[in-house]
Amino acid sequence: MTKPRETTIDTPSGPMRVWKKGKGKRVGVFAGIGGQPRWTPFLDALADSRQVIVPSLPGFPGGPSSDGIDGHLDWIVAARDAMVAAGLCGADLVGASVGGALAAELASLWPDDVRRLALIAPFGLFDEAEPMADIFAQPPGGLARLVSNKPEAFDAFLAMPEGANKMDWDITSLRARVAAASLIWPLGDTGLITRVSRLTAQTLILQGDQDRVIPAAYSKRLAKAINGKTKVRTIKNAGHVAECDQPAATAKAILSFLDS
Amino acid sequence: MKALWFHLMPYPDLKPDFKQKHNSVWVDLDPGMFNPEIGHRAYNEYIDELVYAANAGFDGVCVNEHHANAYGMMPSPNLIASVLARETSDAAICVMGNSVALYNPPTRVAEEFGMLDCLSGGRLIAGFPVGTPMDTCYAYGQNPAVLRERYYEGIELILRAWKEDKVFSFNGRFNKQRYVNAWPKPIQSPRPPVWVPGGGSVETWRMCVEKDFVYANLSYFGHQASKASIAGFWRQMKEMGREPNPFQAGFLQFVGVAESRKEALDLYREPADYFYNRCLHTDPAYANPPGYTTEATVRASMGSQVMQAAQQSRMKARADQSDIFDAGHVVIGSPDEVAETLRNVCKDMNVGNLMLLLHFGNMSAQLTRYNTDLFARKVLPQIKDLFEGQWENRWWPTGMPANKRVPAGSTFADVTGIAAQ
Repeated sequence: MTKPRETTIDTPSGPMRVWKKGKGKRVGVFAGIGGQPRWTPFLDALADSRQVIVPSLPGFPGGPSSDGIDGHLDWIVAARDAMVAAGLCGADLVGASVGGALAAELASLWPDDVRRLALIAPFGLFDEAEPMADIFAQPPGGLARLVSNKPEAFDAFLAMPEGANKMDWDITSLRARVAAASLIWPLGDTGLITRVSRLTAQTLILQGDQDRVIPAAYSKRLAKAINGKTKVRTIKNAGHVAECDQPAATAKAILSFLDS
Repeated sequence: MKALWFHLMPYPDLKPDFKQKHNSVWVDLDPGMFNPEIGHRAYNEYIDELVYAANAGFDGVCVNEHHANAYGMMPSPNLIASVLARETSDAAICVMGNSVALYNPPTRVAEEFGMLDCLSGGRLIAGFPVGTPMDTCYAYGQNPAVLRERYYEGIELILRAWKEDKVFSFNGRFNKQRYVNAWPKPIQSPRPPVWVPGGGSVETWRMCVEKDFVYANLSYFGHQASKASIAGFWRQMKEMGREPNPFQAGFLQFVGVAESRKEALDLYREPADYFYNRCLHTDPAYANPPGYTTEATVRASMGSQVMQAAQQSRMKARADQSDIFDAGHVVIGSPDEVAETLRNVCKDMNVGNLMLLLHFGNMSAQLTRYNTDLFARKVLPQIKDLFEGQWENRWWPTGMPANKRVPAGSTFADVTGIAAQ
């Protein structure tokens, strides 16, 4: 696995790291819980046949500060800024978990700017009758066991990069968790369901068959509300972070959808 | 030295197997467990205890705010404080306090504290806690990412509402009010003393220094646990060029007084066990939502006191009574022993406000009265001179002149008299 090419681009929120790798049609990726602290086998698998572009959203590793973000409108505007700055208008878009909630927003509000949309266990909905898990109310070390079928691999994904300063990395990780909380606290419901009727792009919703965070019914409910043609597929032997638990299978499902 | 009698108002009927059968005393505790008849008795008993303490000679009585919590049954401490304002005459009414970020708008705090100060004749101490993660972020759903900013802005709004004599507009990040009009205003001018109950966050120390608030470290693990936080506050004071006036600091201490240490062990073992093994059975999962612990505090490598408490509550070793008493979580002994310990601790930490939990756990009314009485008669006289006359106390309620005070019930008596004529 080779490293991606890294550039820093100015956005209205501040400087933003963008990773790029691969050739072919563009596909943007909005990362999930914890952001994108390192390049992963999942991104690498996408980059085998696509130009993968990974912007860094505010608060997440490589992203501008999320300090000025006060509400959901600010988040949508910041995500739109990231999309434009990274050159993703008109490209395919993949969003995972918290990044999935924002990817779905952009595809709803700027339907002409997203060609096809792939969501991996997106946040954004809540059902009192079948509440999703509280990813924040976890004992120390409990998050990985909740979200992943391979907790060690997920912990390694979020671990301090080689050569980083421990204190700086603790702060970076804290900022990522604060950014996620800022976006989805307390229920994970961002009101997305009320806007996806504007989403006209063909959409794929993927979810691990052992997702312990978001009930499977959420994917079906979201698919029903989206205006564009939408498929729901499960990834076997995967938890909430299917792209981490089953990177090859998740990438294959997405590429097959984007290329179909 | 100021001694304040503090009540947490715990639910007194948690069963012995509570820890085994329930995840936590807080946040996800089954509300169906609450028996309102037990609540009725407990509230009235607890208010009687606070009034008894005020009459026994304590300088102040103290209540606080918790939500979805079986060891603290005061979601609205102001309700209890309003009763105390009527049923006591001289003691400070210390509301420790209103979790500012939970009031929408925080003008409500300015108003209710204004009412309490009027009711009590200027005896209010206004506490402004950020609130625990359990209360604010989990029980009340506040977003931890902006909780502190919301808290700071709320304090700014309250202080301004007390200060202004004209209606004003407030265009904050979180609060937008066209007409801010704190009516009534507090008696104390320019405002009631503000105390901030806090753990050990750098920002809290800094704010207390900058705004001239009292910093009060409220730990359930006694003076040894408070030591580092109080030291941090004094360090901050020094760095910002302020004098270490002991009346600008306070801490919380559980105390059990008896004729001897042996008798104290016999008397206080059960209520201490109830508190530490049932009331403090909390889930660490609720202790540290993202953003609650600030970057500055992380950089200072300081852990959260709430988290420490929650983690310790998971350890079975807590059942070991010697730890509770020997480590000073609860100071017990004869009046002389307790007085000596408290005097040394207060001198050592340079703290002039001692907040005392003389009721804890499932302590009976009878034992609470005994503890309170012994403390007032035999401990208080041995410690109350500490720091007095050496430092100016600018953080104590000013009250109002006795000839202007209206005793409870007196005005209605006058009216009745006129009607009878």
